[in-house]
Amino acid sequence: MAEPFLIGDAMTGGYGAGPDILHSCTIAVEPGEIAVIVGPNGAGKSTGMKAVFGMLNLREGSVRLDGEDISHLTPQERVVKGMGFVPQTQNIFTSMSVEENLEMGAFIRREDIRETMEQVYDLFPILRDKRHQAAGELSGGQRQQVAVGRALMTKPKVLMLDEPTAGVSPIVMDELFDRIIEVARTGIPILMVEQNARQALEIADRGYVLVQGRNAYTGSGQELLADPEVRKSFLGG
Amino acid sequence: MDFLNGLVVLMNFVLIPATAYGAQLALGALGVTLIYGILRFSNFAHGDTMAFGTMITVLVTWWFQSMGISFGPLPTALLALPLGLAATAAMVLLTDRGVYQFYRTQKAKPVILVIVSMGVMFVMNGVVRIIIGVDDQRFSDGERFIFSVREFKAATGLREGMALKTTQGITVITALIVVIALFWFLNKTRSGKSMRAYADNEDLALLSGINPERVVAVTWIIVAALATIAGVLYGLDKSFKPFTYFQLLLPIFASAIVGGLGSPLGAIAGGFVVAYSEVTITYAWKKVLKYWMPESLEPSTLMQLLSTEYKFAVSFMILIIVLLFRPTGLFKGKAY
Amino acid sequence: MDQTRNILYFVAIAALIIITGMVQSWNSALLILNMGLISAVMALGVNLQWGFAGLFNVGVMGFVALGGLAAVLISTDPVSEAWSAGGLPILFALAVGAGIIGATIIAYRRITATRPRFIAMVTILGLGFFLYRALLDPAVQAVEAVNPALQGNLGGLGLPIILAWPVGGLFAAGAAWIIGKAALGLRSDYLAIATLGISEIIIAILKNEDWLARGVKNVIGLDRPVPKEIDLQESAQFIERSSALGLDPVTASALFVKLNYALLFSVVLIILLAMAQLSLKSPWGRMMRAIRDNETAAAAMGKNVTNRHLQIFILGSAICGIAGAMMTTLDGQLTPGSYQPLRFTFLIWVMVIVGGSGNNFGAVLGGFLIWFLWVQVEPISQYLVTVLTAGMAEDNAVRLHMMEGVAYMRLLTMGLVLLLVLRFSPRGLIPEK
Repeated sequence: MAEPFLIGDAMTGGYGAGPDILHSCTIAVEPGEIAVIVGPNGAGKSTGMKAVFGMLNLREGSVRLDGEDISHLTPQERVVKGMGFVPQTQNIFTSMSVEENLEMGAFIRREDIRETMEQVYDLFPILRDKRHQAAGELSGGQRQQVAVGRALMTKPKVLMLDEPTAGVSPIVMDELFDRIIEVARTGIPILMVEQNARQALEIADRGYVLVQGRNAYTGSGQELLADPEVRKSFLGG
Repeated sequence: MDFLNGLVVLMNFVLIPATAYGAQLALGALGVTLIYGILRFSNFAHGDTMAFGTMITVLVTWWFQSMGISFGPLPTALLALPLGLAATAAMVLLTDRGVYQFYRTQKAKPVILVIVSMGVMFVMNGVVRIIIGVDDQRFSDGERFIFSVREFKAATGLREGMALKTTQGITVITALIVVIALFWFLNKTRSGKSMRAYADNEDLALLSGINPERVVAVTWIIVAALATIAGVLYGLDKSFKPFTYFQLLLPIFASAIVGGLGSPLGAIAGGFVVAYSEVTITYAWKKVLKYWMPESLEPSTLMQLLSTEYKFAVSFMILIIVLLFRPTGLFKGKAY
Repeated sequence: MDQTRNILYFVAIAALIIITGMVQSWNSALLILNMGLISAVMALGVNLQWGFAGLFNVGVMGFVALGGLAAVLISTDPVSEAWSAGGLPILFALAVGAGIIGATIIAYRRITATRPRFIAMVTILGLGFFLYRALLDPAVQAVEAVNPALQGNLGGLGLPIILAWPVGGLFAAGAAWIIGKAALGLRSDYLAIATLGISEIIIAILKNEDWLARGVKNVIGLDRPVPKEIDLQESAQFIERSSALGLDPVTASALFVKLNYALLFSVVLIILLAMAQLSLKSPWGRMMRAIRDNETAAAAMGKNVTNRHLQIFILGSAICGIAGAMMTTLDGQLTPGSYQPLRFTFLIWVMVIVGGSGNNFGAVLGGFLIWFLWVQVEPISQYLVTVLTAGMAEDNAVRLHMMEGVAYMRLLTMGLVLLLVLRFSPRGLIPEK
């Protein structure tokens, strides 16, 4: 099998000196793919993503990006390597304008970022209208767009989203997912943790169902949606 | 009823001094609010930082004066200011490295940092007193007045006179320049924006690759500059006495809180609110009212709301009112 | 073992004081002991606020000053002339003032619409203020005109001064209630600044309102709970006993008086310490510390955190008020000019932190230790400077400057002590258990 673009391979570990939360968990994303991590509460979904991003104490396993082993890098260093990460909460600078948020997103880049900014505004047109407004004044869905746009400013090689639709109304959730698909179409692979399993799996090329820190089911989005076991467990049959 | 004369008295004894004082408080409050917003603690040592900066400037000024260097009609202290700034910046950076940084890495509670800053305050206070003593030091020179009372009366023919001291004019102009520069820095430069981002959301700022140590260093340098300038302006206007700078702590903090801790715009607004309140409430309005009221309503008493002894009681009352009704201040500061 | 180590600390302090007695003079040693006892009480109060509730009270001096005021108001005799000149009108004016504030609060509570409420409050306060001044000013002038050289104030109740001690606590508790209501429940920095402010106000009032306590003209010759030296020196019995001990009556009387004070103060300290220890071990004490350690959790469990904090704040401040009354009693005079707000407050904090914050015995130890240091730093630094500059000429500028600087070394040393302890030994000498 060809080496996936991003892979957290057989990860085992926990926070700091605490007990292991992940047990030999594998998550991978292929170029141009949307990979989704779903599972019941407390399954370790966000933990799995944080492990890939370097916020976890990995006792076994490794993380490789584009063939390179990055297991020993700090999160900031991984950002420099091309990882974009959108946290679940407190993911924007509320007191700064939309445009300033995007500027801060591109902080590590020293060259001209206007072109990238235009691309982000193309992806999220509503942000162009509100570019000078304080990000904290926007609605929940718009704030999430700012958060994603901010992460895109580094022109990342892979984008990781931690529950992007948490606390958002269904209509806004649909629109967010549309935007995420748009982003994927630009060629960036996306790794996403999602609470709304059904909708997430519908747009996923690959799905990882985690239970108690382990891989329970893995397959394409459609496969998982059709799987009776998966449906029984969290899709409500 | 003599409006113009009344107005002149008002300007001379209330408006002009209050504006100069407001500018000084605003600069002081800006320093406090920046530390609060970015370093997330109330720095009780700020007053003595101002004293330190002013002290160095005074010493350099004396040295310049002894060498015959002067700045024409402007105070020589302005020439000495850059050296004072540099020394103070070095001092606060050293203090941060030696004292505060430890608690930052420990993620200590903000109240611990406040207690630590109190220790720093006393050490700095002691150092200043040892070096320069506790007495009043005068170090202003150059032209005293932009226009004096006599010149004013001669020019306008009014009975009452108004004077504009050079130091008052310098205070307002310098404060204006500093504020414009600071706002330009915070809003238009990459460095300044990164500091605002850091104050807004520390974790996200780190994630964006913003270097925290650099933000902290730049913050301290700016604060040192603000403190030194505020202290020198105050010292030129009145006189340099180490103890007074500690006393300014209360009005400065009141200004920052009124405006909203963490908001630079608030610090400026707060500075003027406190300054104007202090001056108007402790001023004896008898003279002005004599000119403005018809004869029958002329006051017989001094019409002074509070005696000047209670000057800082004014800051305190404003503070209490703000805490009771709107703790986040005028411009909605931060809440840690 | 921890216990032995703690006892050793106290023994060490006792030893230091005794050595001072032998090397310098017993008078100085007793002075240090007495002020040490008073400081220990203050440290106990502050430790209550900090150790139990994590409150940073920078206005300790103000509460102490209120205790001193109580000493004057309780023990001095009433000045009948002043009372007839303007006493009742002053009280009336103060009552009106309180009524105006009360009316403002009622307006705040009753009127819910923002605009009318604001207008009502401002009008009440504005007009009320002028009314208050119109009533107060002439009365104050009349009182202060009565024999201003010696009096010019209303005097007090003429009761024994020892009653002033608990009353001082009450005064302080009252002020603490006002400040606490305004500033608690907000950030700790706000409380710090608010307490700084209140202490400045209280001291300003003491300095300026001559009718209250003579302001900066000071009230001297306060009553005592112990015999006067003069009386002792004239008593045949005392002269006999002191010569038997080999002391002249003057020295002996001074020592005797101080020992008496030491006894009184120790009793107060022991009572307060016992109460503090008991409350520490009680369910109430455990709850307070639980709140301090995790406010959010405690609040989630339904504990009204702010009210608890208010309780502690009032109690701790009351203790400081008692200490203030004791201090003024010891001095025999009220000198508002000598209350330097931050300096002494800061010293108490060093005591609490060095001694061991959160531990009552630690606070007491810190009280003695730091007070001892504070008194002895100056002579020690003077000695050091003399040694260092021994080679220089008498009128050498550097030497003179350094000698002058010695006076300021105390604060600097204390600042360094605080910073060093906070950094390297933050739990203090006797840590919280």
